[in-house]
Amino acid sequence: MAEPVYEMPAFRDETLKVLAPGHTYKTVTDDISGVVLRRPYDRRWFVIMAIAFSLVSVLHLAIAYLLLRGVGVWGINVPVMWGFAIVNFVWWIGIGHAGTLISAILLLLKQDWRTSINRFAEAMTLFAVACAGMFPLLHLGRPWVFYWLMPYPNTMDLWPQWRSPLIWDVFAVSTYGTVSLIFWYVGLIPDLATLRDKAKNSIARTIYGAMAMGWTGASRHWHRYKMAYLLLGGLATPLVVSVHSVVSFDFTIAVLPGWHSTIFPPYFVAGAIFSGFAMVISIAIPLREWYGLKGFITMRHMDNMAKITLATGMLVGYGYMMEAFMGWYSGNPNEMFTQLYNRPFGPYAHTYWMMLGCNVLAPQFLWFRYFRQNMFWLFIISILVNVGMWLERYVIIITSLHRDFLPSSWSMYHGTIWDYMTYYGTIGFFLFLFFLFVRVLPAISITEMRELVHETQHHGGGHHVGAHGTAAPTSEGGA
Amino acid sequence: MNMKQEHKTKVGGGLLAELPILSEVPAPRPAAPAQWRSLSERADAASGEVDSLDRLLELEAVGADPAHRRDFLRLMGASMALAGVATQAGCAIQHPEDVVPYVEQPEQIVPGKPMFFTTALTLDGYAIGSLIETHMGRPTKVEGNPAHPASLGASDTLPQAAILNFYDPDRSQSVIHQARPNSWNRAEVMLLELREKKKQNRGEGLRILTPTITSPTLADQMQRLAQQFPQARWHSYSPVGRDAVRAGCRTAFGEDLEPIYRLDKARVIVALDSDFLGVGPGRLSYARAFAAGREPEKEIREFILSEAPSVKPDPAPMNRLYSVECTPTITGANADHRIPVAARDIVAVARAISAALGVGGSETPVEQSLKGKLASHAKWIAAMVRDLKAAGKQGVVIPGETQSPAVHALAHAINGALGAIGQTVEYIEPVAAGPDDQVASIRELARAIQQGAVDALIVIGANPAYDAPADLDFANLLASDKIPLRIHSGLYHDETAELCHWHIPLAHELEAWGDARAFDGTASVQQPMIAPLYKGKSAIELMATLLGEPGRTGLEIVRDYWRKAGLGDNFEAAWKKSLKEGVIAGTARKPKSVTAKAADAMALATVGNTRDDLELVFRPDPGVWDGQFANNSWLQEWPRPMTRLTWENAAYLSPARARSMEVKDGDEIEIRIQGRHVTIPAYVLPGQAESTITVTLGYGRRRAGRVGSNIGVDVYPLRTAELLWSGSGLEVNKTGKEGRLSLTQHHFQMDDPKLVKENRELIRTATLKQYQEDPKYAKVTEQDKEHPASLEWNESLIVPPEPQKKRQEGEQNSWGMVINLNACIGCGACVMACQSENNISVVGREQVLASRELHWLRVDRYYEGDEVENPPVGFQPVPCMHCETAPCEVVCPVEATTHSAEGLNEMTYNRCVGTRYCSNNCPYKVRRFNFFQYADEETPSLKLMRNPDVTVRPRGVMEKCTYCVQRISQARIRAEIENRPVRGDEVVTACQGACPTRAIVFGNLNDKKGAVARAKESPRNYGLLADLNTRPRTTYLGKLRNPNPEIEA
Repeated sequence: MAEPVYEMPAFRDETLKVLAPGHTYKTVTDDISGVVLRRPYDRRWFVIMAIAFSLVSVLHLAIAYLLLRGVGVWGINVPVMWGFAIVNFVWWIGIGHAGTLISAILLLLKQDWRTSINRFAEAMTLFAVACAGMFPLLHLGRPWVFYWLMPYPNTMDLWPQWRSPLIWDVFAVSTYGTVSLIFWYVGLIPDLATLRDKAKNSIARTIYGAMAMGWTGASRHWHRYKMAYLLLGGLATPLVVSVHSVVSFDFTIAVLPGWHSTIFPPYFVAGAIFSGFAMVISIAIPLREWYGLKGFITMRHMDNMAKITLATGMLVGYGYMMEAFMGWYSGNPNEMFTQLYNRPFGPYAHTYWMMLGCNVLAPQFLWFRYFRQNMFWLFIISILVNVGMWLERYVIIITSLHRDFLPSSWSMYHGTIWDYMTYYGTIGFFLFLFFLFVRVLPAISITEMRELVHETQHHGGGHHVGAHGTAAPTSEGGA
Repeated sequence: MNMKQEHKTKVGGGLLAELPILSEVPAPRPAAPAQWRSLSERADAASGEVDSLDRLLELEAVGADPAHRRDFLRLMGASMALAGVATQAGCAIQHPEDVVPYVEQPEQIVPGKPMFFTTALTLDGYAIGSLIETHMGRPTKVEGNPAHPASLGASDTLPQAAILNFYDPDRSQSVIHQARPNSWNRAEVMLLELREKKKQNRGEGLRILTPTITSPTLADQMQRLAQQFPQARWHSYSPVGRDAVRAGCRTAFGEDLEPIYRLDKARVIVALDSDFLGVGPGRLSYARAFAAGREPEKEIREFILSEAPSVKPDPAPMNRLYSVECTPTITGANADHRIPVAARDIVAVARAISAALGVGGSETPVEQSLKGKLASHAKWIAAMVRDLKAAGKQGVVIPGETQSPAVHALAHAINGALGAIGQTVEYIEPVAAGPDDQVASIRELARAIQQGAVDALIVIGANPAYDAPADLDFANLLASDKIPLRIHSGLYHDETAELCHWHIPLAHELEAWGDARAFDGTASVQQPMIAPLYKGKSAIELMATLLGEPGRTGLEIVRDYWRKAGLGDNFEAAWKKSLKEGVIAGTARKPKSVTAKAADAMALATVGNTRDDLELVFRPDPGVWDGQFANNSWLQEWPRPMTRLTWENAAYLSPARARSMEVKDGDEIEIRIQGRHVTIPAYVLPGQAESTITVTLGYGRRRAGRVGSNIGVDVYPLRTAELLWSGSGLEVNKTGKEGRLSLTQHHFQMDDPKLVKENRELIRTATLKQYQEDPKYAKVTEQDKEHPASLEWNESLIVPPEPQKKRQEGEQNSWGMVINLNACIGCGACVMACQSENNISVVGREQVLASRELHWLRVDRYYEGDEVENPPVGFQPVPCMHCETAPCEVVCPVEATTHSAEGLNEMTYNRCVGTRYCSNNCPYKVRRFNFFQYADEETPSLKLMRNPDVTVRPRGVMEKCTYCVQRISQARIRAEIENRPVRGDEVVTACQGACPTRAIVFGNLNDKKGAVARAKESPRNYGLLADLNTRPRTTYLGKLRNPNPEIEA
């Protein structure tokens, strides 16, 4: 079998390398594991954790009150039966897309720049899916019977209703969550072994040891590990496309003008990757800054991610254009009303124009290298994209629902304080999990970085890079 | 907690024993000796139990302090209102009682099977004949009585809501003396002592105040009282009275009469500020005749007329209605032509019509008699007069009850000139007993109190402290101690009760014997469905005590009266027949042959200069009426037909007036007239006359109960005896405060010019001429008309759905509904009937503001065209469409909403997890969600009220119209027992049953002879949003208008 050949492009700029020069197996291992094992707690982490934990408490409060009183505490009403909960659900699921895309698709495409960012991107995916998963449960009128959405043998001989996209959602999201978790965990195993071996603290050693599942770095382990990882990558790849396509079916299957549209699956997937990468950028910037990881997450990474953001942003912009065009082209008065009048000029016009500003206008700056490589502007743009993508879901869900077919039922929707508390609460939960993760697990894959060291040192500068299976160092490699 | 447990055990076993059913009403427990020789002996007997009684009554009051309960409610918030109420009411200590099961099962009562009893429910004295559905002795639902002339099988909102009034936990439950609980025994003694005292001075100083009374028995008692106490006076006052009707007749005919209209014979109807379809004792009968006269299709007309043999419409295809009114009403909304004219200018219009018809002299063209602002309407009125003249005796002019006697007199003169008397209008002796001029009557009472001439006032069923004309200052008169003995008897311990020494709970109509007359004089006996829930006494029983006949039951009194009053021969049979049919045969008043004195009418109607200032108009609130139903949460939440307003009242402004004042909906305005003022939110109402501001009565009550107290604005302080219905010289100012109105439907059209142009063709309307040229006009939308294939296609979208072979063979039932938009007058009776039948919860004002009302059936109101000052209005009742390819069904993840083999879109509440996807995907938005625990599952009396055949839905589940599936099931079981198919018209849904115009047709589509199958054959049949391929089972018949070509052009 011919070895795939990858030529490192000759960069004009030194900063665009995937790994800063001078790194050895030892420095890679020490720098990355050091974040977990040796670095003293600093104030910034505490501040972030304090904020995040406060928001988690807010989330607890919001959920407790919700369960006590009912979904009426939210702003939903008769035409607008879905509000913040579903907006947030779709938003979080979208954010969760970058992880799998980076880990799976870029793995299969052998993009070496993925290695520094895949670990925390996957973690981000998991946490985003955890946040997302909360909403469909909480938004149920009777959340205590959520399990009726699962197919399980029961005395009533009742199954879920398979024609409902919500059932497809249950499967799509749970599959996605499971595969992402396994993928992430499998990837972690060699690193866990490294941490086990390097840990001075016996409790940490025990925990990491248990989690490393007896990894010894034997070549048989490596062989199986690599195969499993590749297979999981293959398995996860279709999920990148399927999850958000299925989520978009929640809307396209409905008869509502503004929802009932065939463009949704690709448009949603593009949007998901768009928001996912924006979130990875938003997280990577402080992470590399605070934890001295600039050598691992280099300008090249930031630059590439910015480019993907730009590309997917353009796709999303095309989606908006086609939505409006098809609204007009359909000749359907209801569709025309929603797309051409109510969204751009109706009572929620401000959200529509803000969405366009954030999602279409803001990424245009990324055509310029200055904005791609200036961390301040890149951070601002990535945050704008995140806001814009939240607004996009708000526009799609609220403006379609609040004025549909019969004007007699039209009404307005506004989130209540409990909606906002739940939303911000999940952001807190996400940050809480993420910053906990940074301190207890290696945020960058040590193993893969060592491979990268190997590749850049022994094969770099025009030499071909070996496939991932070749000559991998053991877990002890750098010590 | 203890109390709660006690209440639980009570409910667990004792309810049935506690509430004896009709056939075994127990004899009153002898608290006082049944026989007694003197008053003192009776009093002694009562005082023997003083100690224990006082203690018991005090205990009873602990849990029942209304002020405390109200505070509690505030804390709980409106949405929790009823749940909060529950615990409180449940805490009241109950008298120990034995709980025993039936020893012998009462005859006829089969658990689970409802029984129906006839009775009559009254509004301001006038009866609407009713059938009351009872389950195990509990009345649960009001239906109309087909044999009753004022019902013709229908009923409307207020009678439908009577069930909740009856079970209202806030009804007064105890005799109160000097603000402390007391007993009926003592009240009885007090009344008898009063009688003894009054005997000595022939009743000097004794006054009785009642609302309008039509009850022959009560009227007879009053007469006997007058014989025994010649100096005593009976005053009668209803805030929504009919003084002008009688005064107008006195002017026109010189005798006391009341008009009744025969609209079935009318081809041209002119309503002069009259809402004959919406208010007034004959409204249901008029609405039926009006709708029948508007239906050009024979089969559908026959359906409208079934059950109404007395209505025989003219064979002309369609009548024509003109409306001249100051404030929008459903009558105006149903008019072919309507102009908004200030209330004070109606008399000028009436005079112009009279003059043009040559009433009382030579003919004067309309153009000459109309001056000032009205001149712009001259052409319109002239065309109307020509039409009226051409109709001759088939024309009729109906003056509004709120208009001046002059307008009434003129209308009678016009009807006389048209030759309509005896044809479209008949005159009968007044139905109501008592004083003919109620305002004069209560004014006289106030004067007498002022002069200290009243030493005992008995108020029965009235609430003058709240609703008497403001200039009489009745509350202060009562509070001033000018009357040494003030006795109040009412359903509630209300504003008047608070100012009286004694308060005696009045029995509700559903729990006491009585009788009442309908608009045409037909009398009915009111039967109690159950023993009094709260130990109330009926007006008849109170009067009997006063007449010195204590202890006589209502039944005896009513029977005695009718035995004497003509049912004498073979009394038992006649009595039974009367009870069975709900009407007493031969009691309808005979029309009198009269001639109007046109000159007198013209002389009375002096027309001054037209004024430019604002005028204030009062109207009863269609829901809470004059305030007597303020504590009825169904009525509070019932969207008012023209405004869609709930839970509050507002001042209606025309859009032009609002623009010039820069006022929008919900802005607070101060209205000031004759030195009196109130602040009230504004409501911009298209169709309102520009110089008129309308306010509705019935709100701002202080002591209505937990639901109705302190909501809305009390406008009675503006309403003086002179300014009873309207008056000029109004000043209006913005206060600068803004707010939101609790509307169930917003009018986006007005804020949004873009939306006006977009006609979604939801209500498909054509003129009679267009219909005659193209009967299938409703099948295709304007947009689709460009495509030749669309007619066929659209037709295919509403063919009665037959997805299963079995159904094609007619082996099964296939349910469907047709709503005739041409017959629908938009009154909203269907909404209330549905609420009562289906145990639909009330959500409260806050939740209405959040668009979360639960009504399964709503009536949509749409304005047509670009005009905002006087746009045509259309109504469209929207229940579940039971789509054959229902969008809601495919998206439910748990199969909680599914399609039945009989074509119903069914909701399985137990299975619902509440994703609400179904509602999002319902294009008709007929699904309703329990965002909170709306249903009050605690309050004992409300448990009794519910329809036992319908599940009470908990928090978190979706609900919606079921086509009254419980009634379908009953019919199916009946048919199976009798081994026959379910007949086409066998099942009557609640909305259909209530509909005054029979606009709703429901039934089994497989019975091709059934009304619904035939209605679906109408060329006007179309499906709402059928282009979505939902294949709705509920379809609509297009609306028709019959414009006068002269005006239309």
